[in-house]
Amino acid sequence: MNVNALLAIGSAFALSACATTGTATDSDRSTRSLDSSAEVDVPFPSTYKPYPGAATALVGATVYDGRGGVIEEGTVLFRDGNVVEIGSGLATNGYTVIDGKGKFVTPGIIDIHSHLGDYPTPSVDAHSDGNEATSPTTGDVWAEHSVWPQDPGFSRAMANGGITSLQILPGSANLIGGRTVTLKNVYSRTVQGMKFPGAPYGMKMACGENPKRVYGSKGRKPSTRMGNFAVNRQTWFDAIDYAEGDRKKRDLEKETLAGVLDGDILVHNHCYRADEMALVMDMAKEMGYKVSTFHHAVEAYKIGDLLRENEVCSAIWADWYGFKMESYDGIPENGALLQQAGACVVIHSDDENGIQRLNQEAAKAQAAGARIGITVPDAEVISWITLNAAKAMGIADMTGSLEPGKMADVVLWNGDPLSVYSRPEKVWVDGALLFDSTDPKRRPVSDFELGQPGEGDVK
Amino acid sequence: MSILTTTTRILIAGVAALAVPASLSAQDFAITGATVATGDGSEPVPNATVVVRSGKVVAAGARVTVPVDVQVLDGSGSWVTPGIFMPLTDLGLYDVGAVSESNDIGARNSPFSAAIDVATALNPASQHVAVSRAGGVTRASVSPSPSSSIFGGQGAIVDLGADPNMLIKARAFQIVALGETGARLGGGSRTGAHALLRNALREARQYGADARIPGSPSRASDVSTVDDIPVDPRLIDNTTARGDDVLLTRFDAAALVPVVRGEQPLYVAVERASDIRQMLSLKLEFPELDLVLVGVSEGWMVAAEIAASGIPVIADPLDNLPASFEQLAATQSNIGRMVDAGVTVAIGGLSGGITGPRTAPQFAGNLVALSDVPRATGLTWGEALASITSIPAAISGYGGRYGVLAPGAAGDVVVWDGDPLEVSSTPVRVFIDGVEQPLTNHQTRLRDRYRDLDESDLPKAYDW
Repeated sequence: MNVNALLAIGSAFALSACATTGTATDSDRSTRSLDSSAEVDVPFPSTYKPYPGAATALVGATVYDGRGGVIEEGTVLFRDGNVVEIGSGLATNGYTVIDGKGKFVTPGIIDIHSHLGDYPTPSVDAHSDGNEATSPTTGDVWAEHSVWPQDPGFSRAMANGGITSLQILPGSANLIGGRTVTLKNVYSRTVQGMKFPGAPYGMKMACGENPKRVYGSKGRKPSTRMGNFAVNRQTWFDAIDYAEGDRKKRDLEKETLAGVLDGDILVHNHCYRADEMALVMDMAKEMGYKVSTFHHAVEAYKIGDLLRENEVCSAIWADWYGFKMESYDGIPENGALLQQAGACVVIHSDDENGIQRLNQEAAKAQAAGARIGITVPDAEVISWITLNAAKAMGIADMTGSLEPGKMADVVLWNGDPLSVYSRPEKVWVDGALLFDSTDPKRRPVSDFELGQPGEGDVK
Repeated sequence: MSILTTTTRILIAGVAALAVPASLSAQDFAITGATVATGDGSEPVPNATVVVRSGKVVAAGARVTVPVDVQVLDGSGSWVTPGIFMPLTDLGLYDVGAVSESNDIGARNSPFSAAIDVATALNPASQHVAVSRAGGVTRASVSPSPSSSIFGGQGAIVDLGADPNMLIKARAFQIVALGETGARLGGGSRTGAHALLRNALREARQYGADARIPGSPSRASDVSTVDDIPVDPRLIDNTTARGDDVLLTRFDAAALVPVVRGEQPLYVAVERASDIRQMLSLKLEFPELDLVLVGVSEGWMVAAEIAASGIPVIADPLDNLPASFEQLAATQSNIGRMVDAGVTVAIGGLSGGITGPRTAPQFAGNLVALSDVPRATGLTWGEALASITSIPAAISGYGGRYGVLAPGAAGDVVVWDGDPLEVSSTPVRVFIDGVEQPLTNHQTRLRDRYRDLDESDLPKAYDW
């Protein structure tokens, strides 16, 4: 993957967001703008802007920085939307001090795999917008065009899960499902208002059972795993032809695939079985692209070495298994075995309930490892749901860890986030306090819930 | 003994594997020095003892004298609880959810509904039984899923022991879906489902009288041998004529006779507050019904009325999304609020193979977490444990016998390496009826095979 290319396209988005909103809060972000020429070419640009927030000092908490570090009784300073400094005994003059004694601070939690918005609740047919299951390759569709920004699930993800950023993907009916969109977990009247400024696009792909079942049952190709690969490879070869040409004729699918070949769009590949992941990595080499992350990689533990060598992350559940044939070999030690192999681990949800407990899922995966003698320190486990996810989504230069200049996406937990007994007490996004368990009004309530039973309840 | 304090599961598994073949009969043992939670709603007691003899709990608590003639297991650093009792599972009914050939949870195309009996399909060798057992689940109820009609059929009570017989009681309850699911299955609307329900109960009442079906379908028998279950009178041929105006098959009508007589509990799946109220009023129309409410996402809005009815509830504790229009007011505080109002509530009906019964402690622990969240209502630790042990056992008809460490209760004992409701904890020893259970399964074998990726001598296929 060409990281510079990623940064370039990301920063183009960031700049357009800043230009639109006029909130020049983030000098660091603007300095990352390497290429503003793409600005005018980007349709549906992010209009997200950070909300105002007080300069805040969290003092006395155990601070996990998201990249493997921990500070006992630490201080976290943020203002104007950015982290200023973290450390011990920092001066807090000019900051609103919040006592964090006995509490914990982490970066905002990131879910790399969510369908909030494109499979929103209520889960009625009229809301089923996640799978364009009419063709095995639909690189032309963009998840953002399906996202309903009033999904009540966004609020639960924040209040119970501390989620501040999330990637919304198309479903897995298709080999090539379309573009993903990365959002800030901040309600907006429009999806553009939620789009994470500067985040690169992802492209969803899917291995295995789903595509061959969906199209095989329609009497169409692919109906087998070999059919999956045949369609994939021909699609890639056609895209390579397109990419090597003048690209003048607009072709939405090939533009997405060309974006992958250029290294600007990250591949997120739903793939359960180890043998199929190995084949996909070879296909990627054949075509000249890179897989960012295998999602639902329940068998990743069987090929931790290959995943490390190919620098592909595995986004996994802690312990889901057995619900479909290709999930039969899922084991709770998956994450720990991958960590032991030196491969990248991300804990994901793919679920509107699971997204509320990524911290607990990470803790389960950690504990399963500990029982077979693989010790992953708490601070590193936190990176499974923060910085590792951000890296795999191409936003690690902006969020995912508590480092000076990064977005002040911060969760104050009322206890150890790796304990079942802990919940977010306060959540900041870009330094704005958007959830406060002690303030009944400082919690989002979507349009859908107004005037209906349960409005504004603790949930 | 060091077994109880070691944290490596491999060691534990190894010891268990050695121990089990020699101990297929119940052991007499005492676990000492452990933190003991009896499952009755009380808080855990440190440095306590549990004594099991002849498959039954003899004593549990802080001031328990250890008999001289039992094996003593040092429980220092461990927690001890009764085995988890998980209601409304699909254990033994499937291998892979999406592999339909392996899945007996629902019978969509069957001509029968209420007559369906999950006991005929139970498979104790299913991996989900073994995985749940390793998670500390020792007893469960198994329910069919309403598929061909609003009536799903008859559920069973089972144990998860590693032996060929998992059935404790067949035909232990009937399940019916109302609300949105019932509406879909009952002709397209709630009105259709309610008409179907009332008609079925009336037909069953009449048929029971005409055919002189005598009584309970599965009277007594908590003995876990199939032979001890009496012949179901409804299975005996009879030539009783039926009127022309009937919808139920003879077999389905017979299956509902004990329901309408209150001799077999009727589990009713409802979520919306108004649907719950409809069920409470159904009791007025059919006073004999022995109802259990299932789902009940909006139960907190009707909590006082449910409490007054005395009808117990089995609820999925963490539902907090308006997943459907019948769950608009869903909140994680649902169970806590109902319990505070005096409703008897068990945790159950957790989604199938994905999370599964073994995550029951995590769900219960989350309710404890709510106690520290402003404005939320959770459970105390003791209440939370009871909601996955003694309370579901009692709702299932086994109060005092399962899900509790009390004299006379079954010797279902789980030794944990930490707080059992904490996500980092796991069972290190599991006993069912005093018999120590193996904790190995397909998952543990895969784990051991792939503990390293070394294939320098032979392929992984030879590593077993």
